[in-house]
Amino acid sequence: MEKNISLLDKANPTFFKKHQDALLKSLEDKHTTVELDETDPLGTRMILNMGPQHPATHGVLRLLLELDGETIVRNRLDIGYLHRGVEKIAENKTYQEFMPYTDRMDYLSPYSNNVALCTAVEKIAGIEVPERAHYIRMIGCELARISSHLLYLGAMVMDSGAISFFIWTFRERERLYDIFDNFGGHRFTISHSRIGGVHNDLTPEALSMIREFVDTFPAEVAGWKKLLNKNRIFIDRNLNVGKISYEDAIAYGLTGPNIRAIGVPYDIRKFDPYARYDQVEFDVPTRLEGDNLARYFIRVEEMLESIKIIRQCLDKLPKGPVRADNAKHSYPSKDEVYYSMEGMIHDFMMTDTGVCPPDGVEAYHAIEAPKGELGFFIQSDGTGHPWRLKINSPSFTNLQGLEKMLDGEMIADTVVMIGGVDPVMGDSDK
Amino acid sequence: MTKKEKALQVVETIKNTFGDAVLDTGGHAGDTYIRIDSKNIHSVLSYLKNELHFTYLTDLFGTDRFTSEERFEVIYNLVSLKTGTRIFVKTWIEEESPVLPTATDIWPAANWNEREVWDMFGIRFEGHPDLRRIFLPEDFEYHPLRKEFPLLGIPGSFELPTTTPNTE
Repeated sequence: MEKNISLLDKANPTFFKKHQDALLKSLEDKHTTVELDETDPLGTRMILNMGPQHPATHGVLRLLLELDGETIVRNRLDIGYLHRGVEKIAENKTYQEFMPYTDRMDYLSPYSNNVALCTAVEKIAGIEVPERAHYIRMIGCELARISSHLLYLGAMVMDSGAISFFIWTFRERERLYDIFDNFGGHRFTISHSRIGGVHNDLTPEALSMIREFVDTFPAEVAGWKKLLNKNRIFIDRNLNVGKISYEDAIAYGLTGPNIRAIGVPYDIRKFDPYARYDQVEFDVPTRLEGDNLARYFIRVEEMLESIKIIRQCLDKLPKGPVRADNAKHSYPSKDEVYYSMEGMIHDFMMTDTGVCPPDGVEAYHAIEAPKGELGFFIQSDGTGHPWRLKINSPSFTNLQGLEKMLDGEMIADTVVMIGGVDPVMGDSDK
Repeated sequence: MTKKEKALQVVETIKNTFGDAVLDTGGHAGDTYIRIDSKNIHSVLSYLKNELHFTYLTDLFGTDRFTSEERFEVIYNLVSLKTGTRIFVKTWIEEESPVLPTATDIWPAANWNEREVWDMFGIRFEGHPDLRRIFLPEDFEYHPLRKEFPLLGIPGSFELPTTTPNTE
Protein backbone atom coordinates (compact mmCIF):
# COMPACT_ATOMS: atom_id res chain seq x y z
CA MET A 1 0.00 0.00 0.00
CA GLU A 2 1.40 3.39 -0.96
CA LYS A 3 0.70 6.38 1.15
CA ASN A 4 1.65 10.00 0.72
CA ILE A 5 2.95 11.56 3.88
CA SER A 6 3.76 15.22 3.90
CA LEU A 7 7.08 16.11 5.39
CA LEU A 8 5.52 18.96 7.26
CA ASP A 9 3.57 16.51 9.39
CA LYS A 10 6.76 14.79 10.39
CA ALA A 11 8.97 17.77 11.04
CA ASN A 12 8.44 19.49 14.34
CA PRO A 13 10.99 22.29 14.58
CA THR A 14 11.66 24.16 17.81
CA PHE A 15 12.63 27.58 16.49
CA PHE A 16 11.56 29.71 13.52
CA LYS A 17 8.68 27.37 12.72
CA LYS A 18 7.48 29.37 9.73
CA HIS A 19 10.96 29.43 8.25
CA GLN A 20 11.48 25.68 8.60
CA ASP A 21 8.03 24.98 7.17
CA ALA A 22 8.66 27.21 4.16
CA LEU A 23 12.03 25.58 3.52
CA LEU A 24 10.64 22.05 3.64
CA LYS A 25 7.69 23.13 1.58
CA SER A 26 9.96 24.57 -1.06
CA LEU A 27 11.71 21.24 -1.32
CA GLU A 28 8.34 19.56 -1.75
CA ASP A 29 6.83 22.04 -4.15
CA LYS A 30 8.09 20.61 -7.42
CA HIS A 31 6.15 17.38 -6.90
CA THR A 32 3.73 18.72 -4.29
CA THR A 33 4.53 15.87 -1.86
CA VAL A 34 7.45 13.62 -1.26
CA GLU A 35 6.32 10.07 -1.63
CA LEU A 36 7.34 8.02 1.33
CA ASP A 37 6.49 4.42 0.69
CA GLU A 38 5.81 2.96 4.10
CA THR A 39 5.89 -0.58 2.80
CA ASP A 40 9.42 -0.05 1.48
CA PRO A 41 11.55 -1.58 4.23
CA LEU A 42 14.73 0.02 2.95
CA GLY A 43 13.33 3.54 3.03
CA THR A 44 15.49 4.67 0.12
CA ARG A 45 14.02 8.15 -0.06
CA MET A 46 14.88 10.50 2.72
CA ILE A 47 15.59 14.10 3.51
CA LEU A 48 18.98 14.78 5.00
CA ASN A 49 19.74 17.96 6.85
CA MET A 50 23.38 18.99 6.79
CA GLY A 51 24.66 21.93 8.80
CA PRO A 52 24.63 24.74 9.76
CA GLN A 53 26.99 23.45 12.46
CA HIS A 54 29.05 21.05 10.41
CA PRO A 55 32.84 21.01 10.13
CA ALA A 56 32.85 20.41 6.37
CA THR A 57 30.50 23.18 5.26
CA HIS A 58 33.17 25.89 5.65
CA GLY A 59 31.13 27.98 8.02
CA VAL A 60 27.44 28.08 8.72
CA LEU A 61 26.03 26.77 5.48
CA ARG A 62 22.96 24.59 5.76
CA LEU A 63 21.93 22.11 3.10
CA LEU A 64 18.69 20.22 2.83
CA LEU A 65 19.22 17.23 0.60
CA GLU A 66 16.54 14.95 -0.72
CA LEU A 67 18.12 11.59 -1.33
CA ASP A 68 17.19 8.58 -3.36
CA GLY A 69 19.58 6.01 -2.00
CA GLU A 70 22.91 7.74 -2.32
CA THR A 71 21.93 10.14 -5.09
CA ILE A 72 20.84 13.69 -4.42
CA VAL A 73 17.52 14.23 -6.15
CA ARG A 74 16.91 17.80 -5.10
CA ASN A 75 18.50 20.17 -2.67
CA ARG A 76 18.03 23.52 -1.05
CA LEU A 77 20.70 25.72 0.46
CA ASP A 78 19.71 27.75 3.47
CA ILE A 79 22.02 30.68 4.03
CA GLY A 80 21.84 33.71 6.27
CA TYR A 81 23.16 32.26 9.52
CA LEU A 82 25.97 34.81 9.46
CA HIS A 83 23.87 37.75 8.28
CA ARG A 84 25.00 40.89 10.07
CA GLY A 85 23.34 43.52 7.92
CA VAL A 86 26.60 44.96 6.64
CA GLU A 87 24.81 47.01 3.98
CA LYS A 88 22.58 48.61 6.61
CA ILE A 89 25.60 49.38 8.78
CA ALA A 90 27.32 50.99 5.79
CA GLU A 91 24.49 53.51 5.42
CA ASN A 92 25.23 54.76 8.91
CA LYS A 93 29.00 55.02 8.70
CA THR A 94 31.40 57.19 6.78
CA TYR A 95 33.18 55.42 3.95
CA GLN A 96 36.43 55.10 5.85
CA GLU A 97 34.70 53.98 9.03
CA PHE A 98 32.98 51.22 7.12
CA MET A 99 36.19 49.76 5.73
CA PRO A 100 37.06 47.55 8.74
CA TYR A 101 33.67 45.87 8.33
CA THR A 102 34.71 44.67 4.90
CA ASP A 103 37.59 42.77 6.52
CA ARG A 104 35.00 40.59 8.18
CA MET A 105 33.15 39.74 4.98
CA ASP A 106 35.52 37.49 3.10
CA TYR A 107 37.71 36.90 6.10
CA LEU A 108 40.17 34.77 4.16
CA SER A 109 41.34 37.65 2.00
CA PRO A 110 40.68 40.88 3.91
CA TYR A 111 43.11 42.90 1.84
CA SER A 112 41.11 42.45 -1.37
CA ASN A 113 37.93 43.58 0.33
CA ASN A 114 39.57 46.78 1.61
CA VAL A 115 40.90 47.55 -1.83
CA ALA A 116 37.51 46.84 -3.41
CA LEU A 117 35.76 49.37 -1.15
CA CYS A 118 38.48 51.99 -1.47
CA THR A 119 38.62 51.80 -5.26
CA ALA A 120 34.84 52.06 -5.45
CA VAL A 121 34.84 55.18 -3.28
CA GLU A 122 37.73 56.62 -5.26
CA LYS A 123 35.81 56.03 -8.45
CA ILE A 124 32.62 57.74 -7.30
CA ALA A 125 34.44 60.65 -5.65
CA GLY A 126 37.06 61.04 -8.37
CA ILE A 127 40.10 60.60 -6.15
CA GLU A 128 43.53 60.10 -7.68
CA VAL A 129 45.74 57.54 -6.03
CA PRO A 130 49.55 57.85 -6.12
CA GLU A 131 51.38 55.41 -8.32
CA ARG A 132 53.26 53.72 -5.47
CA ALA A 133 50.04 53.05 -3.58
CA HIS A 134 48.64 51.20 -6.59
CA TYR A 135 51.59 48.86 -6.64
CA ILE A 136 51.48 48.28 -2.88
CA ARG A 137 47.79 47.46 -3.20
CA MET A 138 48.48 45.02 -5.99
CA ILE A 139 51.13 43.25 -3.91
CA GLY A 140 48.69 43.07 -1.01
CA CYS A 141 45.85 41.79 -3.19
CA GLU A 142 47.96 39.08 -4.75
CA LEU A 143 49.29 37.96 -1.36
CA ALA A 144 45.66 37.82 -0.20
CA ARG A 145 44.79 35.74 -3.24
CA ILE A 146 47.55 33.26 -2.44
CA SER A 147 46.45 33.16 1.18
CA SER A 148 42.84 32.47 0.22
CA HIS A 149 43.75 29.81 -2.34
CA LEU A 150 46.05 28.16 0.20
CA LEU A 151 43.15 27.76 2.57
CA TYR A 152 41.01 26.45 -0.26
CA LEU A 153 43.69 23.95 -1.16
CA GLY A 154 44.22 22.75 2.38
CA ALA A 155 40.54 22.47 3.17
CA MET A 156 39.56 20.90 -0.14
CA VAL A 157 42.30 18.28 -0.03
CA MET A 158 41.33 17.59 3.56
CA ASP A 159 37.72 17.18 2.43
CA SER A 160 38.88 14.59 -0.05
CA GLY A 161 40.78 12.68 2.58
CA ALA A 162 44.31 13.95 3.23
CA ILE A 163 44.58 15.58 6.62
CA SER A 164 48.29 16.40 6.62
CA PHE A 165 47.99 18.64 3.57
CA PHE A 166 46.08 21.23 5.56
CA ILE A 167 49.06 21.67 7.84
CA TRP A 168 51.45 22.14 4.94
CA THR A 169 49.37 24.88 3.35
CA PHE A 170 48.94 26.51 6.73
CA ARG A 171 52.68 26.66 7.20
CA GLU A 172 52.80 28.85 4.10
CA ARG A 173 49.79 30.88 5.25
CA GLU A 174 51.58 31.50 8.51
CA ARG A 175 54.41 33.11 6.56
CA LEU A 176 51.86 35.30 4.78
CA TYR A 177 50.37 36.33 8.12
CA ASP A 178 53.84 37.36 9.25
CA ILE A 179 54.30 39.41 6.10
CA PHE A 180 50.96 41.14 6.63
CA ASP A 181 51.82 41.72 10.26
CA ASN A 182 54.96 43.46 9.16
CA PHE A 183 53.44 45.55 6.43
CA GLY A 184 49.93 46.30 7.64
CA GLY A 185 50.27 45.95 11.37
CA HIS A 186 47.80 43.08 11.64
CA ARG A 187 48.03 39.42 10.90
CA PHE A 188 44.46 38.80 9.87
CA THR A 189 42.08 41.74 9.55
CA ILE A 190 44.54 44.12 8.02
CA SER A 191 42.60 47.30 7.12
CA HIS A 192 45.73 48.61 5.51
CA SER A 193 44.21 50.31 2.49
CA ARG A 194 42.87 53.84 2.83
CA ILE A 195 40.68 55.94 0.59
CA GLY A 196 43.22 57.73 -1.57
CA GLY A 197 46.09 55.31 -0.99
CA VAL A 198 47.34 53.02 1.73
CA HIS A 199 48.07 53.58 5.38
CA ASN A 200 51.83 53.19 5.40
CA ASP A 201 54.66 52.37 3.08
CA LEU A 202 56.22 48.94 2.88
CA THR A 203 58.90 48.57 5.51
CA PRO A 204 62.31 47.21 4.42
CA GLU A 205 61.67 44.10 6.51
CA ALA A 206 58.33 43.52 4.82
CA LEU A 207 59.95 43.96 1.43
CA SER A 208 62.64 41.43 2.16
CA MET A 209 60.06 39.03 3.60
CA ILE A 210 57.96 39.31 0.44
CA ARG A 211 61.05 38.76 -1.72
CA GLU A 212 61.94 35.67 0.25
CA PHE A 213 58.38 34.36 0.02
CA VAL A 214 58.27 34.95 -3.73
CA ASP A 215 61.53 33.07 -4.16
CA THR A 216 60.66 30.05 -2.07
CA PHE A 217 56.92 29.63 -2.63
CA PRO A 218 56.99 28.22 -6.21
CA ALA A 219 59.14 25.30 -5.00
CA GLU A 220 56.50 24.51 -2.37
CA VAL A 221 53.77 24.56 -5.01
CA ALA A 222 55.86 22.28 -7.22
CA GLY A 223 56.06 19.82 -4.33
CA TRP A 224 52.30 19.87 -3.83
CA LYS A 225 51.69 19.45 -7.53
CA LYS A 226 53.95 16.43 -7.51
CA LEU A 227 51.90 14.96 -4.71
CA LEU A 228 48.43 15.73 -6.05
CA ASN A 229 48.47 15.95 -9.84
CA LYS A 230 48.93 12.21 -10.34
CA ASN A 231 47.46 11.09 -7.07
CA ARG A 232 45.00 8.30 -7.79
CA ILE A 233 42.81 8.94 -4.75
CA PHE A 234 42.71 12.69 -5.22
CA ILE A 235 41.83 12.45 -8.91
CA ASP A 236 39.20 9.76 -8.41
CA ARG A 237 37.63 11.91 -5.75
CA ASN A 238 37.49 15.05 -7.92
CA LEU A 239 37.33 14.09 -11.57
CA ASN A 240 33.85 14.66 -13.05
CA VAL A 241 32.51 15.71 -9.67
CA GLY A 242 30.42 18.86 -9.50
CA LYS A 243 30.34 19.29 -13.25
CA ILE A 244 28.46 22.23 -14.66
CA SER A 245 27.90 22.97 -18.33
CA TYR A 246 29.22 26.06 -20.10
CA GLU A 247 25.73 27.48 -20.63
CA ASP A 248 24.66 26.83 -17.05
CA ALA A 249 27.80 28.38 -15.62
CA ILE A 250 27.06 31.64 -17.43
CA ALA A 251 23.32 31.51 -16.81
CA TYR A 252 23.83 30.94 -13.08
CA GLY A 253 26.43 33.69 -13.03
CA LEU A 254 29.33 31.78 -11.48
CA THR A 255 32.38 33.95 -10.92
CA GLY A 256 36.07 33.62 -10.27
CA PRO A 257 37.94 30.33 -10.61
CA ASN A 258 34.63 28.49 -10.88
CA ILE A 259 33.68 30.11 -14.18
CA ARG A 260 37.24 30.01 -15.51
CA ALA A 261 37.23 26.25 -14.89
CA ILE A 262 34.63 25.90 -17.67
CA GLY A 263 36.49 28.03 -20.18
CA VAL A 264 35.10 31.53 -19.70
CA PRO A 265 38.10 33.84 -19.28
CA TYR A 266 36.15 36.30 -17.14
CA ASP A 267 38.69 37.98 -14.90
CA ILE A 268 38.12 41.60 -13.84
CA ARG A 269 41.88 42.19 -13.85
CA LYS A 270 41.76 41.74 -17.63
CA PHE A 271 38.11 42.58 -18.29
CA ASP A 272 38.19 46.00 -16.67
CA PRO A 273 41.71 46.60 -15.30
CA TYR A 274 41.92 48.54 -12.04
CA ALA A 275 45.02 49.65 -10.10
CA ARG A 276 47.91 48.95 -12.49
CA TYR A 277 46.99 45.48 -13.68
CA ASP A 278 47.28 46.71 -17.25
CA GLN A 279 50.99 47.42 -16.63
CA VAL A 280 51.95 43.91 -15.56
CA GLU A 281 52.02 40.74 -17.57
CA PHE A 282 50.14 37.71 -16.42
CA ASP A 283 47.93 34.97 -17.81
CA VAL A 284 44.41 34.03 -16.86
CA PRO A 285 44.39 30.25 -16.52
CA THR A 286 41.29 28.57 -17.90
CA ARG A 287 40.25 24.97 -18.36
CA LEU A 288 37.40 23.33 -20.20
CA GLU A 289 36.28 20.48 -17.94
CA GLY A 290 34.27 22.48 -15.40
CA ASP A 291 34.61 19.90 -12.65
CA ASN A 292 36.24 20.00 -9.25
CA LEU A 293 39.61 18.88 -10.56
CA ALA A 294 39.64 21.74 -13.08
CA ARG A 295 38.92 24.19 -10.26
CA TYR A 296 41.88 22.81 -8.37
CA PHE A 297 44.21 23.23 -11.36
CA ILE A 298 42.97 26.79 -11.95
CA ARG A 299 43.63 27.85 -8.38
CA VAL A 300 47.10 26.34 -8.28
CA GLU A 301 48.02 28.08 -11.54
CA GLU A 302 46.56 31.34 -10.23
CA MET A 303 48.85 31.23 -7.21
CA LEU A 304 51.84 31.00 -9.53
CA GLU A 305 50.48 33.84 -11.66
CA SER A 306 50.13 35.90 -8.49
CA ILE A 307 53.79 35.26 -7.73
CA LYS A 308 54.59 36.52 -11.23
CA ILE A 309 52.58 39.70 -10.61
CA ILE A 310 54.23 40.33 -7.24
CA ARG A 311 57.69 39.92 -8.80
CA GLN A 312 56.87 42.51 -11.46
CA CYS A 313 55.36 44.86 -8.87
CA LEU A 314 58.51 44.65 -6.76
CA ASP A 315 60.63 45.47 -9.80
CA LYS A 316 58.44 48.34 -10.91
CA LEU A 317 57.62 49.77 -7.47
CA PRO A 318 57.94 53.52 -8.10
CA LYS A 319 59.12 56.02 -5.52
CA GLY A 320 56.77 58.61 -4.10
CA PRO A 321 53.98 59.17 -1.61
CA VAL A 322 51.57 56.40 -0.67
CA ARG A 323 48.49 58.55 -0.04
CA ALA A 324 46.83 61.35 -1.96
CA ASP A 325 47.99 64.74 -0.67
CA ASN A 326 44.59 66.39 -0.59
CA ALA A 327 42.81 67.17 2.65
CA LYS A 328 39.37 66.68 1.09
CA HIS A 329 40.23 63.26 -0.29
CA SER A 330 42.28 61.35 2.24
CA TYR A 331 43.77 61.38 5.68
CA PRO A 332 46.84 63.60 6.17
CA SER A 333 50.04 61.88 7.24
CA LYS A 334 50.67 61.51 10.95
CA ASP A 335 53.56 63.99 10.78
CA GLU A 336 51.17 66.69 9.67
CA VAL A 337 48.60 65.74 12.29
CA TYR A 338 51.06 65.92 15.16
CA TYR A 339 52.97 69.02 14.12
CA SER A 340 50.53 71.34 12.37
CA MET A 341 47.17 72.83 13.26
CA GLU A 342 45.77 72.37 9.73
CA GLY A 343 46.78 68.74 9.70
CA MET A 344 44.95 68.19 12.97
CA ILE A 345 41.80 69.88 11.65
CA HIS A 346 41.95 67.91 8.42
CA ASP A 347 42.32 64.68 10.32
CA PHE A 348 39.33 65.60 12.44
CA MET A 349 37.26 66.53 9.38
CA MET A 350 38.12 63.28 7.64
CA THR A 351 37.02 61.27 10.65
CA ASP A 352 33.89 63.31 11.25
CA THR A 353 32.62 63.95 7.72
CA GLY A 354 34.89 61.98 5.47
CA VAL A 355 34.89 61.86 1.71
CA CYS A 356 31.79 63.44 0.15
CA PRO A 357 31.04 62.30 -3.40
CA PRO A 358 28.72 64.53 -5.49
CA ASP A 359 24.99 64.47 -4.77
CA GLY A 360 22.83 61.97 -6.62
CA VAL A 361 25.53 60.05 -8.44
CA GLU A 362 26.18 56.34 -8.39
CA ALA A 363 29.09 54.16 -9.38
CA TYR A 364 30.00 50.52 -9.44
CA HIS A 365 33.50 49.20 -9.14
CA ALA A 366 34.52 45.58 -9.03
CA ILE A 367 37.81 43.89 -8.39
CA GLU A 368 38.86 40.32 -8.92
CA ALA A 369 38.86 38.96 -5.39
CA PRO A 370 40.24 35.44 -4.88
CA LYS A 371 36.73 34.04 -5.05
CA GLY A 372 35.51 36.06 -8.00
CA GLU A 373 34.04 39.41 -8.83
CA LEU A 374 33.68 41.52 -5.70
CA GLY A 375 31.83 44.71 -6.53
CA PHE A 376 30.65 47.69 -4.54
CA PHE A 377 27.78 49.75 -5.89
CA ILE A 378 27.51 53.10 -4.17
CA GLN A 379 24.73 55.65 -4.40
CA SER A 380 25.62 58.98 -2.89
CA ASP A 381 23.41 61.74 -1.51
CA GLY A 382 26.27 64.21 -1.19
CA THR A 383 27.06 63.48 2.46
CA GLY A 384 29.90 61.48 3.91
CA HIS A 385 27.68 58.41 4.29
CA PRO A 386 26.58 56.29 1.36
CA TRP A 387 22.85 56.45 0.63
CA ARG A 388 23.00 52.86 -0.52
CA LEU A 389 25.93 50.53 -0.67
CA LYS A 390 25.40 47.21 -2.38
CA ILE A 391 27.97 44.48 -2.12
CA ASN A 392 28.13 42.02 -4.95
CA SER A 393 29.83 39.16 -3.20
CA PRO A 394 31.33 36.27 -5.14
CA SER A 395 30.46 33.57 -2.61
CA PHE A 396 26.76 34.42 -2.87
CA THR A 397 26.73 33.89 -6.64
CA ASN A 398 28.89 30.79 -6.45
CA LEU A 399 26.66 29.18 -3.82
CA GLN A 400 23.70 29.62 -6.13
CA GLY A 401 25.64 27.66 -8.71
CA LEU A 402 26.37 25.00 -6.08
CA GLU A 403 22.64 24.44 -5.65
CA LYS A 404 22.46 23.66 -9.34
CA MET A 405 25.60 21.48 -9.31
CA LEU A 406 24.47 19.30 -6.40
CA ASP A 407 21.42 17.91 -8.24
CA GLY A 408 22.10 14.38 -9.39
CA GLU A 409 25.41 14.02 -7.58
CA MET A 410 26.32 11.43 -4.98
CA ILE A 411 25.89 12.28 -1.31
CA ALA A 412 29.52 11.42 -0.57
CA ASP A 413 30.70 14.11 -2.99
CA THR A 414 28.77 16.93 -1.30
CA VAL A 415 31.60 17.81 1.02
CA VAL A 416 34.21 17.83 -1.74
CA MET A 417 31.97 20.00 -3.90
CA ILE A 418 31.46 22.57 -1.17
CA GLY A 419 35.22 22.65 -0.78
CA GLY A 420 35.69 22.96 -4.52
CA VAL A 421 33.33 25.90 -4.91
CA ASP A 422 35.11 27.57 -1.99
CA PRO A 423 32.39 29.68 -0.38
CA VAL A 424 32.96 31.92 2.62
CA MET A 425 29.79 32.45 4.56
CA GLY A 426 30.80 35.82 5.91
CA ASP A 427 30.97 36.95 2.30
CA SER A 428 27.74 35.42 1.06
CA ASP A 429 25.63 36.31 4.09
CA LYS A 430 26.88 39.87 4.34
CA MET B 1 36.03 51.66 -29.56
CA THR B 2 36.11 52.15 -25.81
CA LYS B 3 33.82 50.32 -23.43
CA LYS B 4 31.93 53.50 -22.68
CA GLU B 5 31.18 54.04 -26.38
CA LYS B 6 30.04 50.46 -26.73
CA ALA B 7 27.71 50.90 -23.76
CA LEU B 8 26.34 54.12 -25.26
CA GLN B 9 25.72 52.27 -28.50
CA VAL B 10 23.65 49.70 -26.58
CA VAL B 11 21.68 52.55 -25.02
CA GLU B 12 21.01 54.00 -28.49
CA THR B 13 19.81 50.62 -29.76
CA ILE B 14 17.43 50.26 -26.84
CA LYS B 15 16.16 53.80 -27.36
CA ASN B 16 15.49 53.14 -31.02
CA THR B 17 13.79 49.83 -30.39
CA PHE B 18 11.67 50.69 -27.37
CA GLY B 19 11.17 54.43 -27.75
CA ASP B 20 8.94 55.68 -24.97
CA ALA B 21 9.81 52.88 -22.56
CA VAL B 22 13.21 54.51 -21.99
CA LEU B 23 12.70 57.19 -19.36
CA ASP B 24 16.23 58.27 -18.59
CA THR B 25 19.83 57.52 -19.43
CA GLY B 26 23.08 58.68 -17.93
CA GLY B 27 26.05 57.60 -15.92
CA HIS B 28 28.88 58.72 -13.70
CA ALA B 29 32.60 57.94 -13.75
CA GLY B 30 32.45 55.67 -16.77
CA ASP B 31 29.31 53.73 -15.86
CA THR B 32 26.24 53.77 -18.05
CA TYR B 33 22.69 53.29 -16.88
CA ILE B 34 19.37 53.23 -18.61
CA ARG B 35 16.04 53.64 -16.82
CA ILE B 36 13.08 51.74 -18.16
CA ASP B 37 9.38 51.99 -17.47
CA SER B 38 8.50 49.14 -15.08
CA LYS B 39 5.81 47.84 -17.46
CA ASN B 40 8.34 47.17 -20.21
CA ILE B 41 11.23 45.98 -18.06
CA HIS B 42 10.83 42.30 -18.88
CA SER B 43 10.77 42.77 -22.63
CA VAL B 44 13.79 45.12 -22.52
CA LEU B 45 15.75 42.63 -20.41
CA SER B 46 14.98 39.71 -22.71
CA TYR B 47 15.89 41.88 -25.71
CA LEU B 48 19.20 42.72 -24.06
CA LYS B 49 19.94 39.07 -23.48
CA ASN B 50 18.71 37.59 -26.73
CA GLU B 51 19.69 40.29 -29.22
CA LEU B 52 22.57 42.16 -27.60
CA HIS B 53 24.40 39.24 -25.91
CA PHE B 54 24.03 40.38 -22.31
CA THR B 55 24.10 36.77 -21.19
CA TYR B 56 25.70 37.33 -17.81
CA LEU B 57 23.74 38.82 -14.93
CA THR B 58 26.29 40.01 -12.40
CA ASP B 59 23.95 41.45 -9.84
CA LEU B 60 20.38 42.49 -9.19
CA PHE B 61 19.48 44.64 -6.24
CA GLY B 62 17.04 47.12 -4.83
CA THR B 63 17.31 50.63 -3.49
CA ASP B 64 15.03 52.68 -1.30
CA ARG B 65 14.82 56.17 -2.79
CA PHE B 66 12.57 57.29 0.10
CA THR B 67 10.44 59.55 -2.07
CA SER B 68 6.66 59.81 -2.04
CA GLU B 69 6.37 58.68 -5.65
CA GLU B 70 8.03 55.64 -7.20
CA ARG B 71 9.87 54.89 -4.03
CA PHE B 72 11.77 51.73 -4.87
CA GLU B 73 14.38 51.18 -7.49
CA VAL B 74 15.59 47.85 -8.83
CA ILE B 75 18.89 47.76 -10.68
CA TYR B 76 20.14 45.01 -12.99
CA ASN B 77 23.90 44.84 -13.48
CA LEU B 78 24.46 43.18 -16.87
CA VAL B 79 27.65 42.13 -18.59
CA SER B 80 28.16 41.14 -22.19
CA LEU B 81 31.00 38.62 -22.29
CA LYS B 82 31.17 39.01 -26.06
CA THR B 83 31.82 42.74 -26.25
CA GLY B 84 33.06 43.27 -22.71
CA THR B 85 30.43 45.88 -21.91
CA ARG B 86 28.74 46.51 -18.61
CA ILE B 87 25.39 48.24 -18.42
CA PHE B 88 22.97 49.04 -15.59
CA VAL B 89 19.27 48.75 -16.26
CA LYS B 90 17.01 50.23 -13.65
CA THR B 91 13.37 50.73 -13.00
CA TRP B 92 11.32 52.60 -10.42
CA ILE B 93 8.26 51.17 -8.72
CA GLU B 94 5.55 52.44 -6.40
CA GLU B 95 5.61 52.00 -2.65
CA GLU B 96 2.13 50.46 -2.51
CA SER B 97 2.42 46.72 -3.22
CA PRO B 98 5.66 46.88 -5.21
CA VAL B 99 5.65 44.16 -7.86
CA LEU B 100 7.94 43.44 -10.80
CA PRO B 101 7.98 40.59 -13.31
CA THR B 102 10.67 38.07 -12.50
CA ALA B 103 13.89 37.79 -14.49
CA THR B 104 14.55 34.16 -13.50
CA ASP B 105 13.22 32.97 -16.86
CA ILE B 106 15.89 35.10 -18.59
CA TRP B 107 18.81 34.49 -16.23
CA PRO B 108 18.47 31.70 -13.62
CA ALA B 109 21.06 33.70 -11.65
CA ALA B 110 18.33 36.19 -10.77
CA ASN B 111 16.73 33.64 -8.45
CA TRP B 112 18.67 34.32 -5.26
CA ASN B 113 19.10 37.99 -5.99
CA GLU B 114 15.36 38.49 -6.33
CA ARG B 115 14.88 36.64 -3.07
CA GLU B 116 17.34 39.05 -1.51
CA VAL B 117 15.42 42.06 -2.84
CA TRP B 118 12.18 40.60 -1.46
CA ASP B 119 13.87 39.97 1.87
CA MET B 120 15.44 43.41 2.18
CA PHE B 121 12.87 45.68 0.52
CA GLY B 122 9.64 43.72 0.28
CA ILE B 123 9.45 43.92 -3.49
CA ARG B 124 7.56 40.95 -4.93
CA PHE B 125 8.58 39.28 -8.16
CA GLU B 126 5.72 37.84 -10.14
CA GLY B 127 6.39 34.38 -11.53
CA HIS B 128 9.39 33.71 -9.30
CA PRO B 129 9.61 29.93 -8.72
CA ASP B 130 10.47 30.08 -5.03
CA LEU B 131 10.12 33.52 -3.48
CA ARG B 132 11.23 33.01 0.09
CA ARG B 133 13.37 35.23 2.26
CA ILE B 134 17.04 34.46 1.82
CA PHE B 135 18.94 35.81 4.82
CA LEU B 136 16.29 36.32 7.46
CA PRO B 137 13.85 33.68 8.68
CA GLU B 138 10.32 33.60 7.29
CA ASP B 139 9.01 34.48 10.74
CA PHE B 140 10.51 37.96 10.49
CA GLU B 141 7.95 40.57 9.49
CA TYR B 142 10.04 43.56 8.42
CA HIS B 143 12.21 44.48 5.46
CA PRO B 144 15.39 45.79 7.05
CA LEU B 145 17.00 47.78 4.24
CA ARG B 146 14.00 50.09 3.96
CA LYS B 147 15.00 53.45 5.31
CA GLU B 148 12.37 53.51 8.06
CA PHE B 149 13.76 50.34 9.65
CA PRO B 150 15.92 51.38 12.63
CA LEU B 151 19.60 50.47 12.66
CA LEU B 152 19.30 48.82 16.06
CA GLY B 153 16.43 46.60 14.93
CA ILE B 154 13.01 46.19 16.49
CA PRO B 155 12.99 44.60 19.96
CA GLY B 156 10.99 41.39 20.08
CA SER B 157 10.90 40.92 16.33
CA PHE B 158 13.06 37.81 16.59
CA GLU B 159 12.11 34.77 18.57
CA LEU B 160 15.52 33.86 19.92
CA PRO B 161 16.39 30.63 21.70
CA THR B 162 16.64 30.82 25.46
CA THR B 163 19.96 29.93 27.00
CA THR B 164 18.42 27.31 29.28
CA PRO B 165 17.39 24.11 27.51
CA ASN B 166 13.78 23.08 27.48
CA THR B 167 13.68 19.95 29.60
CA GLU B 168 10.13 18.91 28.79
